Amino acid sequence: MAEVSLLNATKRFGDVTAVDNVSLTIADGEFVVLLGPTGAGKTTTLRLIAGLEPLDAGSVRIAGHDVSGDAPAMRDVAFVFQQYSLYPHLSVYDNMAFPLRSPTRRVPEDEIRRTIQEIARMLHIDHKLQNKATRLSGGEMQRVAIGRALVRQPSIYLMDEPLSSLDAKLRQELRLELKRIQRDLGATVLYVTHDQVEAMTMASRIGVLKEGRLVQLGTPREIYEDPAETYVATRLGQPRINLVPRGLFPDVPAPTRVETIGVRTEHLKIDRHHQGKAKVARIEHLGDHRYLHLNLDGQPIVTLADHDTDLDVGDNVALRLEQPLFFDREGQRVRA
Amino acid sequence: MAQIKVNNLQKAFGDFVAVKGSTFTVEDGEFFVMLGPSGCGKTTTLRMIAGLELPTSGEILLGGEDVTFKRAAQRDIAFVFQLFALYPHMNVRANIGFPLKCQGMPKAEIRQRVEEAARILRITELLDRKVSGLSGGDRQRVALGRAIVRKPMAFMMDEPLGALDAEFRELMCDELRALHDRLHATTVYVTHDQLEAMAMADKIAVMNHGVIEQFGTPQEIYDRPASMFVADFIGSPPMNFLNFKQALHRGDRSTRLNGIAVDVPEVHEDLSERALTLGVRPEAVRIVAEGGLRGQVFGSEYLGTTQIVTVNTDHGRVKARIGSEQRVPEGGNVGLAFRGEKVSIFDQESGRAVRTALYDGAAHG
Repeated sequence: MAEVSLLNATKRFGDVTAVDNVSLTIADGEFVVLLGPTGAGKTTTLRLIAGLEPLDAGSVRIAGHDVSGDAPAMRDVAFVFQQYSLYPHLSVYDNMAFPLRSPTRRVPEDEIRRTIQEIARMLHIDHKLQNKATRLSGGEMQRVAIGRALVRQPSIYLMDEPLSSLDAKLRQELRLELKRIQRDLGATVLYVTHDQVEAMTMASRIGVLKEGRLVQLGTPREIYEDPAETYVATRLGQPRINLVPRGLFPDVPAPTRVETIGVRTEHLKIDRHHQGKAKVARIEHLGDHRYLHLNLDGQPIVTLADHDTDLDVGDNVALRLEQPLFFDREGQRVRA
Repeated sequence: MAQIKVNNLQKAFGDFVAVKGSTFTVEDGEFFVMLGPSGCGKTTTLRMIAGLELPTSGEILLGGEDVTFKRAAQRDIAFVFQLFALYPHMNVRANIGFPLKCQGMPKAEIRQRVEEAARILRITELLDRKVSGLSGGDRQRVALGRAIVRKPMAFMMDEPLGALDAEFRELMCDELRALHDRLHATTVYVTHDQLEAMAMADKIAVMNHGVIEQFGTPQEIYDRPASMFVADFIGSPPMNFLNFKQALHRGDRSTRLNGIAVDVPEVHEDLSERALTLGVRPEAVRIVAEGGLRGQVFGSEYLGTTQIVTVNTDHGRVKARIGSEQRVPEGGNVGLAFRGEKVSIFDQESGRAVRTALYDGAAHG
């Protein structure tokens, strides 16, 4: 494993700048997640590191060497794609052994066997090793695809939404397992997703991409608690952060530049008060949590309800803010 | 709009029985969701209501009228498949008006109805645009427009959001439910995604192997799952299961796990000693330093306001959803305490929930 960096990397497709002057260093053994909606440049960034796309400007460094001009095979990276691509005529075992049997590597067969068994056990597919790759469920096939990357010890694992094709339950299980495997192997990982839960639960650091630019890089806690702009603030958190006009809370002291106040559940104290100006509009039961839909002077505010809440639709409540987030006209954070 | 009544509906494909004696009623104006894994019979049930599939036996009443063996075209139902199925060569107005044109409706009336549908969906400004240039969300709104323009007695929707990414699906869930609140149209909606079901439904039927395992409001199904299948299928993460063996008696208020007393809602039936499972939702688990059911912290997942902590115990893995301000050291030895009034007990062999104060309260309240 090794440190991998992008320095001022830029990639254009026609008029569109897919990756715009991105600089990012993934430390040896670190798990970095790139988060952003479709079209933010996540996958292109991975492909630039892998060498599947040439750079228009900037450079890629792996373990201190500039590899920008090297072919993909020379870069020693392992790529896990969103759609598993297994060899259908081979068994699970032979699929996983394939990268190790490459003529440039010449790994002895008994070592291959040991490695595969260890990785297969971690991914809970050790009982399927002799199956044909096509005789597996979708979830198992994707685990084989991940396993085929993990049998190698490349400089970095590049993973492009590897869990997005799995069902919710399996995704949840593999999230925790994948993180555990990464830590045990001391693996360097750059992982791409649009799923905020995956980003928050697995990342050492999250990089938030917006139209090809890296707008913030930090630990999940930093990104959630200390976002640099409204775009970042809305990426994390369920329910989504409430962005309300500053005038809605005239009593809250805020710097003059502030135009928008960002309010999450933990910033909001609710007191039942018959003269409170906010009204309970709806209580949405989502099972494990309940969303409280409030209305304050025509402005909807959504927050998590306490488990033992006795609030009801139509109740008047008073709202108090505790250390909310402030943003200016452009959506940039204003620190109080 | 109309009520839909399904009585003892059965469908066999050769030896395989896809739907086994389903009975339920969707009230006029209700948003009804059929939820279950693939192959559970939910789509087959929907197709029988729509008239795309004929039942082997049973009956279907639509607005009081027996339509069991009527053709789809005679049922006055609008079907929304995986959306996006639009005519690419027509503009938005022609796409929405198409079903009315087929019915031979006069042009002036079509124009009026299309404009009304567009207003409801808030896409009036798109009416003269080509569909090929539209965003995914607007295409879906147009497809919905084509369904609502007919003013049918009911809407049938088969996984309409299945192909969308998570962020956009969440948005469309909100929008579909808001649309329903404006139209109050009887809707039957099929999905395998429990979050969609919980977010939108007035009533949910959870199906498994052709059988409705539970029928009720989202909160009822979540708080009082009738079987282990339902408990496991609903919730993210799903309900924790802890296995133990014991006899139960009417009036019992606690059970013993590993020698530790665990509070449960008052038991309302007698059961001889057998394999049982305690079911606890992650948010009904607290992490305590002293006492409780002991275990090792396997990992914690930060989610902003809350975190999910996974603890390995002698009874299996337990997940707790707690506030993110509580620090839980990985590998640490901790105790688990459960909110007794929220706990379910299941008979392992049949999978069904044991009757307790929690469950009986529901039936009578």
